[in-house]
Amino acid sequence: MKILVLISNVPDTTTKIRFTGDNKSFDTNGVQWIINPWDELALTRAMELKEAGAFETITVANVGTQITESTLRKALAVGADEAIRVDAVPQDAFFVASQLAKVAEGYDVILAGIEASDYNGAGVGGMLAELLGINSVSAVSGLEIENGALKVHRDIDGGSQVLSVPTPVVLIVQKGIAIEPRIPAMRGIMMARKKPLNVIAPVDAESKTEFLGFELPAPKAACKMVEEDNAKELIRLLHEEAKVL
Amino acid sequence: MSVLVYTENWDGKFKKLSYEMVSLASAIAKQMGITVTALSIGHVADDELKSLGKYGANKVLNVQDNRFESLDNKALADAVAKAASKEGAKVIILAHNNEGKAIAPRVSVKLNAGLVSGVIGTPLSVNPFVVRKKVFTQKAFANIQIKSDIRVLTFAQNSFEIVENNVDTAVEVYDPQIADGEFNTKVLDTHKITGKVLLSDAEIVVSGGRGMKGPENWGGLEELGELLGAGMACSRPVSDEGWRSHEEHVGQTGKMIAPNLYLAFGISGAIQHLGGVSSSKVIVAVNKDPEAPIFEAADYGIVGDAFKVIPQLIEAVKEMKTA
Repeated sequence: MKILVLISNVPDTTTKIRFTGDNKSFDTNGVQWIINPWDELALTRAMELKEAGAFETITVANVGTQITESTLRKALAVGADEAIRVDAVPQDAFFVASQLAKVAEGYDVILAGIEASDYNGAGVGGMLAELLGINSVSAVSGLEIENGALKVHRDIDGGSQVLSVPTPVVLIVQKGIAIEPRIPAMRGIMMARKKPLNVIAPVDAESKTEFLGFELPAPKAACKMVEEDNAKELIRLLHEEAKVL
Repeated sequence: MSVLVYTENWDGKFKKLSYEMVSLASAIAKQMGITVTALSIGHVADDELKSLGKYGANKVLNVQDNRFESLDNKALADAVAKAASKEGAKVIILAHNNEGKAIAPRVSVKLNAGLVSGVIGTPLSVNPFVVRKKVFTQKAFANIQIKSDIRVLTFAQNSFEIVENNVDTAVEVYDPQIADGEFNTKVLDTHKITGKVLLSDAEIVVSGGRGMKGPENWGGLEELGELLGAGMACSRPVSDEGWRSHEEHVGQTGKMIAPNLYLAFGISGAIQHLGGVSSSKVIVAVNKDPEAPIFEAADYGIVGDAFKVIPQLIEAVKEMKTA
């Protein structure tokens, strides 16, 4: 079986968010780039399954310009065997999915994070499955593979389910797919330099959406404090002032 | 032409979320001069289906086909896209939750439509079609234009008020005629709570953190939750410790919620936790530590011992209810 893990290159989650050019674009000055947290968990689970013998090799892929290569190298250092970068500026989810559709053919299991922590688009995984005409399962919180058969855990309203689903399949993963993300060891970092990172040209694809501008939220008003031994006052405020009770 | 809403029910009753989405659809339809069609898949009684007319649904498509219970993403997307084509939908609205996020991207590809996930409120304009959403995990807003003729949106819960807008509504039994071969997801096992307030749909949420000291101390919180008809939640350490089920974990890596009122007891408010609850309309924090970051996000706060505060709140709610 062959597995592909989609990697999104995102700002570190502690980044202070700023915009430039009349709030038209995200200010990338001084930003540390990381593997999207959900993609990192997906890669971790792929590693565990490879170690259990489910896969021979792990391929990672992204759509991005050259600056995203350090993130792909990090994925290789964690343990992926080869990387593919589609050389293009990602315009929107449909554009990215269209690029990945060319890369993803022939893989049995494709793992995508539930969303990227930058634009929170939550679109690429499902779009890719539709473009390939294959199954997808979303909100996946666990994956087991026995004798080539997939057992997929997913979250539903008020609970969870275990499913069987044929391959090829796109699994859109979230919390629970792996517990702690793996971090690269020194040996992994050394080895990553020698692993293949193939750059391929983009295909023609249109974008269907366009960011017009950004805004930072207005600062929040100060918290109104109530004394510990006068907690009943809180209920009165919630009832009469905030009108939420 | 129409705006199509993919409604969701819980135990046969429409979620509050469904009424929010129909209200939103109605507002968009007015802006565009078109009608509203709601799609309901599952077992919902006729009276309940008709109740969507109260919020502006001109038509309700009622799909009763047990095969959809497996929530097969591909088959569901097919059904939604077929309903959209039949109704000449220009805008398709799904919820920004597990189900909506699973289906919407597939629907958008089928209909050659642009997708924006997590839309808040009404479009800023319909021509051009511009919507607003949160980006960078709640840290900023973005305005996004959808350039295609058909648009697919997932709607961020509680970002649009339910508006009553009575219209005549026709319920139509609809069979999207999905072949058996399209259903490939087989459910082997389901764990599901019933008869409880669904956390993601709760208007009030009572939540406990590590400051509650242990699972044996949840009695007061549960009593308060029950009095308020609230959903129960917890912070990550609490679910990691196994004090509470991980279904209750809210935060960036757990569930993202947006109730009208979020009451946090003994939760310090790490940035990851706030990422999952900051869309709540009103946040109340009770914590011993006056420096806890939760107070920066909260609207009302008490610096103090949750075990002293909770009984007073229970008593005050009882008094309010009998008043």
